[in-house]
Amino acid sequence: MQKATETGGNRTGMQTSPADAAKMLKEAKGAKPTPGDDSGIIELRTAYIEDSGPVGSVPPPASAKGAVKAGAKALTGKFAGVFIDRLGERLAFERAGTRLYQAMITKCKAAGDGEGKQYVKELEHFCDEELSHFRLVGECIEQLGGDPTAQTPSADVAGMEGAGLMQVVTDPMTSVTQSLHAILVAELADNAAWDELIALAKEMGQDDMASRFTEAQQREREHLDKVRAWHQEATLSESRLMKA
Amino acid sequence: MTSLLQTKGASLERQKFTWRDMVQQPISKLDDDAYTRIMVILMNGIEMEAIRFQHAFARMCPDPELRLHLAKVRRKEAHQQVMINWLIGADHSTLETTIGYEQVAIEVTASIAQNEPDPYLASVYRYGLLEDFDHMYRYSALMDRLEGKDANNILQSYTDILPGRPTAQEHRDPADELRRHYDRKKAQPLSKLNALTIMAGEQQTQNFYQNVGPTYADPVARQLYAEIAHIEEQHVTQYESIIDPNETWLEKWLLHEAAEVYNYHCCAAQEPNPRIRAIWERFLDYELGHLNYVAELFKTHEKRDPLEVLPEALPDPINYSSQRDFVRKVLAEEVDLRAKGAEFVPKAEEGKASQAYRKQLNSEGSPSETVSAGYQWTPGTELMRKAA
Repeated sequence: MQKATETGGNRTGMQTSPADAAKMLKEAKGAKPTPGDDSGIIELRTAYIEDSGPVGSVPPPASAKGAVKAGAKALTGKFAGVFIDRLGERLAFERAGTRLYQAMITKCKAAGDGEGKQYVKELEHFCDEELSHFRLVGECIEQLGGDPTAQTPSADVAGMEGAGLMQVVTDPMTSVTQSLHAILVAELADNAAWDELIALAKEMGQDDMASRFTEAQQREREHLDKVRAWHQEATLSESRLMKA
Repeated sequence: MTSLLQTKGASLERQKFTWRDMVQQPISKLDDDAYTRIMVILMNGIEMEAIRFQHAFARMCPDPELRLHLAKVRRKEAHQQVMINWLIGADHSTLETTIGYEQVAIEVTASIAQNEPDPYLASVYRYGLLEDFDHMYRYSALMDRLEGKDANNILQSYTDILPGRPTAQEHRDPADELRRHYDRKKAQPLSKLNALTIMAGEQQTQNFYQNVGPTYADPVARQLYAEIAHIEEQHVTQYESIIDPNETWLEKWLLHEAAEVYNYHCCAAQEPNPRIRAIWERFLDYELGHLNYVAELFKTHEKRDPLEVLPEALPDPINYSSQRDFVRKVLAEEVDLRAKGAEFVPKAEEGKASQAYRKQLNSEGSPSETVSAGYQWTPGTELMRKAA
C-alpha cells in the first residue's frame, strides 16, 4: 500500500510524452470540429430533466394513531413527508457511515509504517457514535409510526453520493491520508445534514427530537474537527517527508 | 393470442427507433414493483441471448443471404436490448442490481421448475435454484457489510434471504456439470422454451458479474464476484447442455424467436406499470414479426413446417409472483444434493474430481464463507441488532 505521495512513473500527463503529445496537439489543432458547441449537451440534459419523474416517493406518513400510540407528537403539515424523507436519509447515512468507519479502522491498523495506528482508538469511538446515531434516528422514525426499514428518496440519493467514499476507503491502494480525505468529505456532509435535520425537527414541532439531534450534532462536530485536523497534519507531514 | 403464426406482428421495416426512444426514463427503484425490475432484467437477458445466438449462427453460416437475414433481425434485437436494459436506473448500485439479478434467477427458475413437464429437467432447475438462492444470501451479506444497505429494499419481501446450497461447495469439475439433453423430436415445446429462458438468464448474469466484479475496490467484493461469476458459468454450461445439440441452426433460431414471443407475452400479461407494459406489448409485436420472418426462412431453407417445432399456441406463462413456498420446500428436501456426471446424488456420492477441484480453489480461503460468516439477514441491516 502506498505510504506517502511519492514521485514516480505517472504517465497520464502530456509532459511524460513530449514527442507523441506534440504530434497529437498539432493534429488536434488542425482538425475540423463537429459543428456547433456544447450547448447540445445542456439541451439534451434539459429535455430529460423536464420529462423525468422523481427518484421515488416517501413512505406514507406515520398515522396520527400510530404516532400517538408511540407517545410522540403526530406529524402535521405538508412538510411531514420532507421530515420522514430526511430522517430516512440520516438513517441510511449513519448506517453507511458506520461501515465506512469500520473500513477506515481496518485501513489504519493495516498501514505498513504505523501512520494510521495513532487514529484507531478515536476512530473506534467515532464508529460507535455513528452506530448510536443510527439507533437514535431509527427510534425517532418508529416513534412517529414510520418504517425504519424503508429506503426514502433522499436515502437513495445519499447512497449514490456515498458510493465514491466507500470505494476510496476500501481500496487497498489508497493511503491513510487519502482515506482520511474521504472520511472528511463524509463528515462535512454529515454535519450539514444534522444542522438541517435539527431545523426541520423544530419546524415539525418535534422539540424533544431536535434536542436529541443537537447532542448528536455536537458529537459529529467533534468528528469533523478531529478528522479535518488529522488530514491536514497528515498532508503536511507527507510534504515534510518529501522535503527531507 | 391464440395462434403463434397467425398473429403476424410488425414487419422489420416498421420496427423503427431513435436514440431518444431507446433511452427512456428508467423504472423507479423505490416505487416500481420488484417484479417490474425482474421482468426488465430477464428480458435484457433474453435479448442478449438472441444477439449472441444470432452472432454464433452467422459465424458458422456459409450462406451470405442468410447472414444478411441474421444481421437484419439482430440489429432490431440490439435496439430492443438497449431500450430494455437502460430501464435500470443509475441509482441502482452494482450490488443492488446484483440482488435484482439473483431475484430473477430464484423467482423465474422456481416458476419454471414447477411448470416444466419433464421431471429430469425440472430437477435440473431445482438444483440450480438452490445455488442462486445461496448467492442471494452471500451478496446480501456483502451489501450489508460493505454498503450498509438492506437487500430487502430491492427484494420487497418477495424472496427470502437465507443460506442455500453453500456457494463454496458449488464449484464442480466440468464433468459434473453437463446434464442429459431433451430429445428435440419428443420434448414438449414448453421444455424447449424453458431451457432457452433459464440459459439466457444465467448467461447474462455471468456476463454481468464478470464485467462488474473489478469495478469494486474492496477486495472482499472483488473476490466474491470472481467466485460467483464462476458458478454462473457452471450454470450456463448446465443449462445449455439440456438443449438438444441436434436441433439445426434454423430450428434453434425459430425456437429463440418463439422464446422471445413467449416471454414478452408473459411480461405484457403481468406487468403492473402501464408505461413498461406498453414496451412489452410493442416488443411482443416486433418479436411476432421476427418469428414469422424466421418461419419463412425455415420453410424456404429446410423445407419443413415450422409447426413441427413450434407449439400452435403459447404454453402456460411464467408466474410473476413470489415462489417463496416452493423455494422453501425445495430447500428443505434437496439442499444436500450434489452432482455426479449428469445425475444428482446424495452428498456422500459426489464426484471425486469436483471435490478435488473445490479443495484447490478454496485452499486460500472462501470469499462466500468470509463475507457471510455470522450473517443473518435483519430488516434494516444487521446493525439494527448491534445498535439494540
